[in-house]
Amino acid sequence: MTLHVGLPHVLVVAALLFCCGLVCAITRRNAIGLLMGVELILNAANINFVAFSHYLTGHIDGHVMALFGIILAAAEASVALAIVLAIFQTFHTIDTAETTTLRN
Amino acid sequence: MQGLADAGWLAGLRLSDLLFYAVALVAVTGALAVAFGRNIVYSAFGLLLALFGVAAIYVFISADLVAVVQLLVYIGGVLVLILFAIMLTSKIGDARRSNLTLALVPGGVIFLLLLGLTVFLSLTTPWGTVAGRGLPTLRDAALEPTSERIGDALLTDFLLPFEIASVVLLAALIGAVIIARKEMRLLTTGGGQGNRP
Repeated sequence: MTLHVGLPHVLVVAALLFCCGLVCAITRRNAIGLLMGVELILNAANINFVAFSHYLTGHIDGHVMALFGIILAAAEASVALAIVLAIFQTFHTIDTAETTTLRN
Repeated sequence: MQGLADAGWLAGLRLSDLLFYAVALVAVTGALAVAFGRNIVYSAFGLLLALFGVAAIYVFISADLVAVVQLLVYIGGVLVLILFAIMLTSKIGDARRSNLTLALVPGGVIFLLLLGLTVFLSLTTPWGTVAGRGLPTLRDAALEPTSERIGDALLTDFLLPFEIASVVLLAALIGAVIIARKEMRLLTTGGGQGNRP
């Protein structure tokens, strides 16, 4: 491994982001904190798409896949935050340890 | 190609490498703040740092359109949405300890194990032979815009996913409005109280 930045360096950064996001999604009690972890995981996946496209294949497909990932992340965030707001109106909390029923 | 520093292991390090390390440090710092921050607002600003660092990494690996879309959609849209949701759902009283965690010790163990595995795989896999040719280094060519090629690909090879993505966005828009609407129960059970003629 050299100090010159190549594919492994970018992959290591993406791995760090992924691990932080996964631990955040596992351990958070706040539903919004959990969502932020999911966003980090999606970002790590997008970095990997673009990095492989840049360093290995040279095609544009990885960029397009990253764009689709960003689109789906935006849709997911909007719907999930709407669900969080609906849960807050019903339970008056968004603590995932307390909102354990589907109906109040 | 002249390195900034001449001595020792820093010899031959290019300015672009230093820039990458700085940007990666910003992104990882933000991600750590998201994962282990005590306050949900600090976590949100850590997410801002992480998303900004990711956009800078996109610039570094010459993905200009993806970087701009990242700035527009994530920082301009998703992050603002998350901040709004935090402000709408947290009470003033529990602002200090609003980001509690469950089972931090098993989470930390999972973090370390998974990080070791992924970093080991990233560093030891011979990516060049996986792809069938030698591993190229970072191209030093001038930054060429990718938007034209991405537009061509979106309207030829990826036309069907492109159209489906628009339908997905429309469905997500309508679904978010319907789910978050306050008077949903009133409308579904007692819908006759409106001022209909």
